[in-house]
Amino acid sequence: MQFIRPFSVLLSVLASLALAGAAHAADLATLVGNLASGGLSEREAAITALAASGDERAAPILEALGAGQLYTRTSDKLVVIGKTDGNRLALTEAVSGKPAGNAVEADLERVRVNNRLRGTIEAAVGSLTLMSPNARTRLSAADALFKRRDATALAALDQALAAEKDPRIKRAMSEARAAIVLATADSPPAQKLAAIALVRERGDRDSLGILKTVAAASDGEVKTAATAGADSIEQTLAAWQMVQNVWYGISLGSVLLLAAIGLAITFGTMGVINMAHGEMVMLGAYTTFVVQEVIRTSAPHLFDVSLVIALPLAFLVSGAIGILIERTIIRFLYGRPLDTLLATWGLSLVLQQAVRSIFGSSNREVGAPSWMSGTFQLGQLNITYGRLWIVVFALVVFVALILLLRKTPLGLYMRAVTQNRPMASAVGIRTPRVDALTFGLGSGIAGLAGVALSQIDNVSPNLGQGYIIDSFMVVVFGGVGNLFGTLIGALTLGVVNKFLEPYAGAVLGKILVLVFIIMFIQRRPRGLFALKGRSVE
Amino acid sequence: MITRFLWQGMDRNLRLCVLLILAVGIALPLANLILAATNPAHVPSWVLQLFGKYLCYALLALAVDLVWGFCGILSLGHGAFFALGGYCMGMYLMRQIGTRGVYGNPILPDFMVFLNYKELPWFWHGFDHFWFAAIMVVLVPSVLAFALGWFAFRSRVTGVYLSIITQAMTFALMLAFFRNDMGLGGNNGLTDFKDILGYSVQASETRAALFFASAVALALGLIISAAVVSSRFGKALTAVRDAESRMRFLGYRVEGFKLFVFVLSAAMAGVAGALYVPQVGIINPGEFAPGNSIEAVLWVAVGGRGTLVGPIIGAVLVNFGKTWLTGALPEVWLFALGALFIVVTLLLPKGIVGLWGQMKNRSQARKARAPA
Amino acid sequence: MNAPTMRSTSALLYLSGVTVSFDGFRALNNLSLLIEPGEMRAIIGPNGAGKTTMMDVVTGKTRPDTGEVVFDGQADLTKLDEASIATLGIGRKFQKPTVFESHTVRDNLLLALAGLRSWYKLLLATPTREEDQRLDEILSIIRMEAQQHMLAARLSHGQKQWLEIGMLLAQDPKLLLVDEPVAGMTDVETETTAQVLREINKTHSVVVVEHDMSFVRALGVKVTVLHEGSMLAEGTLDQVSADPRVVEVYLGR
Repeated sequence: MQFIRPFSVLLSVLASLALAGAAHAADLATLVGNLASGGLSEREAAITALAASGDERAAPILEALGAGQLYTRTSDKLVVIGKTDGNRLALTEAVSGKPAGNAVEADLERVRVNNRLRGTIEAAVGSLTLMSPNARTRLSAADALFKRRDATALAALDQALAAEKDPRIKRAMSEARAAIVLATADSPPAQKLAAIALVRERGDRDSLGILKTVAAASDGEVKTAATAGADSIEQTLAAWQMVQNVWYGISLGSVLLLAAIGLAITFGTMGVINMAHGEMVMLGAYTTFVVQEVIRTSAPHLFDVSLVIALPLAFLVSGAIGILIERTIIRFLYGRPLDTLLATWGLSLVLQQAVRSIFGSSNREVGAPSWMSGTFQLGQLNITYGRLWIVVFALVVFVALILLLRKTPLGLYMRAVTQNRPMASAVGIRTPRVDALTFGLGSGIAGLAGVALSQIDNVSPNLGQGYIIDSFMVVVFGGVGNLFGTLIGALTLGVVNKFLEPYAGAVLGKILVLVFIIMFIQRRPRGLFALKGRSVE
Repeated sequence: MITRFLWQGMDRNLRLCVLLILAVGIALPLANLILAATNPAHVPSWVLQLFGKYLCYALLALAVDLVWGFCGILSLGHGAFFALGGYCMGMYLMRQIGTRGVYGNPILPDFMVFLNYKELPWFWHGFDHFWFAAIMVVLVPSVLAFALGWFAFRSRVTGVYLSIITQAMTFALMLAFFRNDMGLGGNNGLTDFKDILGYSVQASETRAALFFASAVALALGLIISAAVVSSRFGKALTAVRDAESRMRFLGYRVEGFKLFVFVLSAAMAGVAGALYVPQVGIINPGEFAPGNSIEAVLWVAVGGRGTLVGPIIGAVLVNFGKTWLTGALPEVWLFALGALFIVVTLLLPKGIVGLWGQMKNRSQARKARAPA
Repeated sequence: MNAPTMRSTSALLYLSGVTVSFDGFRALNNLSLLIEPGEMRAIIGPNGAGKTTMMDVVTGKTRPDTGEVVFDGQADLTKLDEASIATLGIGRKFQKPTVFESHTVRDNLLLALAGLRSWYKLLLATPTREEDQRLDEILSIIRMEAQQHMLAARLSHGQKQWLEIGMLLAQDPKLLLVDEPVAGMTDVETETTAQVLREINKTHSVVVVEHDMSFVRALGVKVTVLHEGSMLAEGTLDQVSADPRVVEVYLGR
């Protein structure tokens, strides 16, 4: 293959030069006709001619041909592009681009291509798109060429480079050119060196591949430069890998933070072990589901704000149920933490089964609004909007909670009751009410977490169970009664988990983290940021 | 010395309980084997299997009660010790299959052939001998309990922290055992057993023997627990439960006490698991699920923590209810279980045995008042 | 270091330069204290003076950041845990009576009785005749023979106090630390307690932490005044009450 490739490249370059003159005269319709009717060699000539025509409209036709979607309709010999639409093919006229009804495959004859032809088509499409008036098309064409390193496109590329004004596209084109130069064995060393410098500067995984191939295939100065370039890229990529792990870790950490922060309130400040905390999260997720269902049926245009509507509702639903639980069960169990643990576990079973009875045990579909879907690129990093929003949301909730505790009367009462219950009650704070509100707050925040988690996890009755142990680990690791500890704990565990994953795999990584925390609690039973003092007992 | 130790917990009530358990252990299998199927007193095989399971659960509950009821350590990970004992027994049973597996490999169990194992992993060696497996059934849970307890008790991890740690332990083990490369059958676990000690596990005589063995194990566990609890060690143990730091200031090294019961209890749980596996015919990582361990705690709470018969009564009653409800009204079972947790902790903190004691006290008080 | 010099002292309990801080707050600040064998000492001071923390340090519950704590001229208490310190012969009575509620009075005393402490020996231990005799003795001292088979949970508050004193007698420590023994007591009870402590002091060294000045006066022993974690004054009660700094601390501000 390595030997054949330069040959075929050379041949097609020659062919394209020879036919260039003729192609100008022929119009698009004729060429498309040639494309569909002749044998393989005529087809190749037609392709090259189309490429040389520089006609915008030729690109989609050639692309369809490459993808095997170009057909001749048996009834009228019209050349059409057919795209699958259910059982039938939706047709568009190839030349004009007008819709042409639909048909089943039996009524059509596919214009056949072989592998060699496919290469020619790609190159032709490349050169066509390189000259497109649309900047985005040109950029993606240049990028595609960089990945394909197709020497047939070199002439077209040079032409496009000369005409290009946009510096960004120009850069992409020169990178593509460099890649082609490096892929062509007989390019002069000086050109190769310049090309290596360009590719090295690009510095992504493809560039690394190119430079490694060059380093393996050449010698002397070129080899040295390519090796050095590859090493440098490898280092940069390793650094990006690190950044990526940190980002994934932060993303996981913010999910943990969301799940744990409500627990940090109920467990950390009240000392109440709420094993049904995960179910509060689940209720939040189901609230989101219900909100979306209502919007889908009665006000579809509101779908993009469905999560915004769900947030306060989830807070209220989970918070109200939390208050109900505190008033009916937990308040009778203060001072008996182990019994609280058992009772709330029972409660979690009841809540799960209740949701299962109402909504069924299968996963429920919760959609993502448009502003939460899609990704963007930051350096070598792909960031999905959904994850980004969850990180932002977790931090917002955290800050809001800190402000609530520090700046509002409720926060003041809560801290007072936490620190000295008899004294707080003596100065006229209604401690039972503060207890109920604190528990409601913790549960409400779990509901908020549920809205966020509905975007990344399966909304099922078991949703909460998956988070309860992790959440406890975060709170205990960070230090009970310390919200900043919870933040640090969540992010640390998230990042550690993601750094372990590549070496140990996801499951083993999780086990290692659990074992680590078990060991950690035994070394520092009060967590990272423990409150120290006589009162802690 | 050992007999004197074992005898020290034997009061009249306990002797009665032990005799009752042994009587059930003999009567039920006999009623299954000897009586004709048409006889109204005949015990069908499925009932025997079911009650055999309950006996194992009762032993597990007793183990949980020993640490929770008498020492105040709420372990949410006893299911892990139970499962580990079960896996040890399961490994023995797997090795007994021999060439009768689907792939007919004389050494490797089917799942290993399926996963392209070339040779037996090191930890499977020895499990072809029953005595080795029997030792491991006790040793493996004990060693794990010792390691966990050694660190936890020395660092004075207590209360809910300890509970959470034990829960995390069983959760981590569950994740580990779900992995195929753990070499223990992944999520299918170990199953398709053929023989135990040369007898078919399907044969009704073997089932009867297993049932009897479970009853004996439970009776023995009861005697040992009673001996421990009624010794001066046991007095110190409950004192640790009630006022740990006071015991320290009296000069007791509390860690030693806790560690001993924790390890003893883990070993009992392991034996329970080992007897459970041949009777149900399978062991898989689901047994490690945190929910199972908490359910065992519920049996103890229902029966009465800190009493010796309470956990046995609780385990049998709750599981009987479970069998019945999951058959009759499956969707109600979780509601009932959840409600049971809440009701017992709120209204019956001393369980059924405690309630019975209260009623007895009240009637005595009434009798005492009556003549006056 | 002055370790050799301190080892040669005859003091039963020797604290030197002990500092304990909790999150920046200094509960004890360079505290030094000397208790002679057979002595009874009262330690007074306002809230937060570090009295309880001092007890915690001596009994091994809290580790000091710096400083030396030596018992009986040889044992470095900063390196030992509560159990070892208790076995060395330091007993502690808490402010709130803590007895083992689910045990009988007699079993409470049995658990406190000096002697067997290791778990494996206790598994097989049966009470010896000497132990039984000693228990009977203590029961008669605290006048609770009639209640000896009653569960401690059913005792009245006063009876619990007595039981705890009985437990301390059973423990037979060389040094007894007593935390606010008369909090919440009537005057008569206070007077009786002072008598009991003086009685105990005949055979044991005692350190009493107390707020109640009339009680301290009734004891009639050397007084140490703590303030903000350090020793402020030492002497008879009359001497220290004449000290203007003590007056300032108690009345001023």
